[in-house]
Amino acid sequence: MQVPAPFAYERATSVEHAIELLSRHGPEARVVAGGHSLIPMMKLRLAQPDALIDINNLSDLSYIRVEGDQLLIGALTRHADLLDSAVAGEHFPIFRDAEQVIADPVVRNFGTVGGSLCQADPAEDLSAAFAAVGASVVARGPNGSRTIDVRQLHAGPYETVLEPNELLVEIRVPIRPGGGSAYEKVERRVGDYPVAAAGAVVWLDGDTVAEAGIGLTAVGAEHFAAPEAETALRGRPATDDSFAEAGRIAAQHCHPQPDQRGPAEYKRQLAVELTTRALRRATARARGQEA
Amino acid sequence: MQITVTVNGTAYTEEVEPRLLLVHFLRQTLGLTGTHWGCDTSNCGTCVVWFDGKPVKSCTMLAAMADGHEIRTVEGLERDGALDPVQQGFMECHGLQCGFCTPGMMMTARSLLDTNPDPSDDEIREAISGQLCRCTGYENIVRAVRWAAEHPAQEEVTT
Amino acid sequence: MTVTEERPTVGFGSTLRKEDVRFVRGKGTYVDDVNLPGMLHGAMLRSPFAHARIVSIDTSAAEAHPGVKAVITGETLAGLNLAWMPTLSYDTQAVLATDKVRFQGQEVAFVIAEDHYSARDALELIEVEYEELPVVVDAKKALDADAPVIRDDKEEQSNNHIYDWEAGDKAATDEVFSSADVVVAEDILYPRTHPAPLETCGAVADMDKVTGKLTVWTTTQAPHAHRTVYALVAGLPEHKIRIISPDIGGGFGGKVGIYPGYVLAIVGSIVAGKPVKWVEDRSEHLMSTAFARDYHMRGEIAATRDGKILGLRVNTLADHGAFHSTAQPTKFPAGFFHVFTGSYDLQAAHCKVTAVYTNKAPGGVAYACSFRITEAVYLVERMVELLARELDMDPAELRMKNLLRPEQFPYTTPTGWEYDSGDYQKTLTKAMEMAGYQQLRAEQADRLRRREQGENVPLMGIGVSFFTEAVGAGPRKHMDILGLGMADGAELRVHPTGKAVLRISVQTQGQGHETTFAQIVGNELGLPTEDIEVVHGDTDQTPFGLGTYGSRSTPVSGAATAVVARKVRERARIVAAAMLEVSTDDLEWQENRWQVRGDPEKAKTIQEIALAAHSSLELPEGIEGHLDATTVYNPPNLTYPFGAYICVVDVDPDTGQVHLRRFIAVDDCGVRINPMIVEGQIHGGLADGVGMALMQVMAFDADGNHMGANFMDYLLPTAKECPSWELGETVTPSPHHPIGAKGVGESATVGSPAAIVNAVMDALKPYGVRHADMPLSPAAVWSAIQGRPLRTDLAIT
Repeated sequence: MQVPAPFAYERATSVEHAIELLSRHGPEARVVAGGHSLIPMMKLRLAQPDALIDINNLSDLSYIRVEGDQLLIGALTRHADLLDSAVAGEHFPIFRDAEQVIADPVVRNFGTVGGSLCQADPAEDLSAAFAAVGASVVARGPNGSRTIDVRQLHAGPYETVLEPNELLVEIRVPIRPGGGSAYEKVERRVGDYPVAAAGAVVWLDGDTVAEAGIGLTAVGAEHFAAPEAETALRGRPATDDSFAEAGRIAAQHCHPQPDQRGPAEYKRQLAVELTTRALRRATARARGQEA
Repeated sequence: MQITVTVNGTAYTEEVEPRLLLVHFLRQTLGLTGTHWGCDTSNCGTCVVWFDGKPVKSCTMLAAMADGHEIRTVEGLERDGALDPVQQGFMECHGLQCGFCTPGMMMTARSLLDTNPDPSDDEIREAISGQLCRCTGYENIVRAVRWAAEHPAQEEVTT
Repeated sequence: MTVTEERPTVGFGSTLRKEDVRFVRGKGTYVDDVNLPGMLHGAMLRSPFAHARIVSIDTSAAEAHPGVKAVITGETLAGLNLAWMPTLSYDTQAVLATDKVRFQGQEVAFVIAEDHYSARDALELIEVEYEELPVVVDAKKALDADAPVIRDDKEEQSNNHIYDWEAGDKAATDEVFSSADVVVAEDILYPRTHPAPLETCGAVADMDKVTGKLTVWTTTQAPHAHRTVYALVAGLPEHKIRIISPDIGGGFGGKVGIYPGYVLAIVGSIVAGKPVKWVEDRSEHLMSTAFARDYHMRGEIAATRDGKILGLRVNTLADHGAFHSTAQPTKFPAGFFHVFTGSYDLQAAHCKVTAVYTNKAPGGVAYACSFRITEAVYLVERMVELLARELDMDPAELRMKNLLRPEQFPYTTPTGWEYDSGDYQKTLTKAMEMAGYQQLRAEQADRLRRREQGENVPLMGIGVSFFTEAVGAGPRKHMDILGLGMADGAELRVHPTGKAVLRISVQTQGQGHETTFAQIVGNELGLPTEDIEVVHGDTDQTPFGLGTYGSRSTPVSGAATAVVARKVRERARIVAAAMLEVSTDDLEWQENRWQVRGDPEKAKTIQEIALAAHSSLELPEGIEGHLDATTVYNPPNLTYPFGAYICVVDVDPDTGQVHLRRFIAVDDCGVRINPMIVEGQIHGGLADGVGMALMQVMAFDADGNHMGANFMDYLLPTAKECPSWELGETVTPSPHHPIGAKGVGESATVGSPAAIVNAVMDALKPYGVRHADMPLSPAAVWSAIQGRPLRTDLAIT
């Protein structure tokens, strides 16, 4: 089978230690958490880092809890833990929806939430889910912590704005009561990356959309988000027509690339359809009509 | 680098390259060839073993990451010479043909039953959905796991 | 459900598998589990380009790697006259490229190192300078006047044409078509797919310099054929070659041929003087080993207005890749594709196949296809479906009306096949009853009504297929591969205590030979299955035979086993007569014993006879003792299993997603030796059908890059895409097979894709979609609805 090229291996014993190791090894070092995106790329020799900084022992980065009006998710949280989390599911069913269709159950046992975000794959699911719910991330570096809006985290495919010696440590999701959220994905087969997927969160004011968040993945949406559609939806009646219109606006701002998952026009259609469906389901949840 | 990994209850201390994949550590360093591999991209699940009690894909992990942790493989399914009900179920229900995916499937099945002793067919299919079988069309794997659910091992009697 | 079935200890029935005892403990021995003292590790450097001239290869940096023992290039092999090897279709194939590379992933150099990781590292140190050449990706352009000539290594080759082959009566067929009420035509692609067993291909070669004996553990479905080919190609004496096919992690036809990696492991062992292991990775496996299908078919069907099918014709363009290397009987370059008239009674048929070279991996006949019957059945079942649409007839009714009738067997088809036995209407009727066919049609109509009223319910489709297989190749006078006739040997020896050892030439890649073949012997001799050891997969220990593929194990070697057991039984009769002091004519085989007629008290079991045969008992003149026999079975005809499949799907037209809701399969494979194993074979084949119909494909971009070179891109179905299969059976024994069995290994792979595609097309009927090519991915379904069907053999742009 394919095997990685040689590298130096360091095991971090604390966040500070990890940052120190990153500083010492420089930009050709990579953090490895679950490794389920990075290690296959290293086997295929698409990635050849000089050093791996293993953060799997940093168990204090593995948590899901509510503090004040925020849901906090530690970067080392495994996908399976987010899927099973009652507190996350209670506030944000979108995470349960998304995690059910991310990779497969065995991969979810070791792959991490923070790792997925940092991998910055343009077809990554959680990036869209976090974009929809307006999350931010906390990065720690030698000079302390900073908070980054998740919609500013990705600089491009497989690229984040994190400095080489910064470590993503936490994801923060603002909790606002009365909302509903959902995630809709079309995949060719279980475990496949999405052909397209959309996440939505909706807050209602009676029968009107008070606020909405929309995230999209695999369709070339800038920063995995659809701000134009969100704006258009605000104050509109919470009806299928409005959702479809939001879907159309979202799709207009996407730049899907053709690949073996489908032609661009098909992916654009999915952006419309899945945005519409996610909004519909998020609304039903906001109304308490659906779990 | 030196690592110590507990595999099927025995601690092994070995000198390894940092890049050594866990699956190769098991198969080559320890000679436990019951764990197979079938792809390079974490898709086939042939290499599934337990890492601290949970199924993982050992082709996508470094041996170094297992340092200080517990691994369980197909060779560790039998207890005191008695087959695990999952192993028995795979035989009873023709849950295997070529036998290549079988160790990984059984490890996942055992884990499922430990957390969900009476899974539905859909839950079984979901649990093994990260693992490919080219022979059985999955039908008899599902039946095998159901068989194991219906024939749990006798509780050990301590005297 | 099979698990509740009776499990007899002697003879036929759902006996548990003997091989499972090791597999469930992780104690199987697959090729990569073989580790020999001092063993070295090989790795292959492959071409990144689909078509390029090799300007230079610099191996010096790789050779300087501390772990590397040797680097072999095409030049090295040319010096040994081994740079090219013959294919199973009388063409040649490069072992390592010397002049050009002709497909992406072609073998260029072979590194031998102390360990696997060093070997892989050294690949990166080999510098190859390529001069890129124009590529032929689209088979439809392979014969264009300006197409680059791929096989310029062959003096007689001035274009990319391989062969034209025809079957049937063209004039009679044209006549039928010209006078028919209705003619329906369609372009149908059976795209390139790959068997993709979970174990990739590999070999451990060990040349013992002292004895001159070469032992090769290798992933082969045909160890004896491999031995003979190695002897012929390399000039090694055949008795000094031992091929061991250990436990094999699935074959499905992909492990029939000889791949360059096997040859290089052998050459490597000779060069290095140590054992050499080579096991390819998943990408190498998908990019270079035998693919299947790649048939571009233009089908036409002629019928009367009231639905009597009259004729069928097809013109096929076959993409064989860069080397013509398919494994099939020599007389039939297009395999058994000319069985394409399927299960129907029609007047005339004609097929023509034109094969071409392209810049893709070689192959074509692999993946449980029964030598191209997958393509044939898919074609006819799609054409019948299209005819039903044209005639506005129910597709099941149209089939029922045209299926061959029981009294027509043995039936000679318009292209010359003699079907042995069948009761097709009974099988289709059973499938329709199991499915609740009429209720399904009513539900479908109700769905359409609800959709018309604006309700958002998925579309529903019901697909039917009926297939006839031709397996058990084959009669020696018609069938050989590379001149080796397709008869199989078998040897049976009963030990003094009544335990037996059967040696057979076929071997298991999961089909359960160790159990089934023991059951055949036990059934003939009254011995418990447990008491019969089946030896297979080792050329030093087994008689010659052509191997396991084309569903031939039961029809050919199964027959050989029954015959050799009957020979032993007849020998035992003579011994029993001596024991009982009667004439052999006074004995009859009753209740698993030789018994004196009319006197059940006087009888001898095989166990008793075996001991006597090895004792000092005086035997009749000419009988020297012991209890054993050998045979070679030359099948008088193929066997013809058949079946009726019904599939139910739900389709979301807004996303193109297909949900496979139900699949009903009624198979008739004659007598079932082990029903549990038979059903397992069918389950696996049905999952193959799901894969091919809905997701598996190997497409290529304009530069010849392989778009399905790993399991992220080459999708195989999981437990979630497969429904719980609903199986039924009818039993129509083969009249010429000793136990009436017909073989079943490939039936479901052959029969199921058409049922699924027919179901999806049925669902899309409201959109006027007649046909879309496999795989029916969400994108393909959606695109078909838009009236812009995808070409699934090319990369999506």
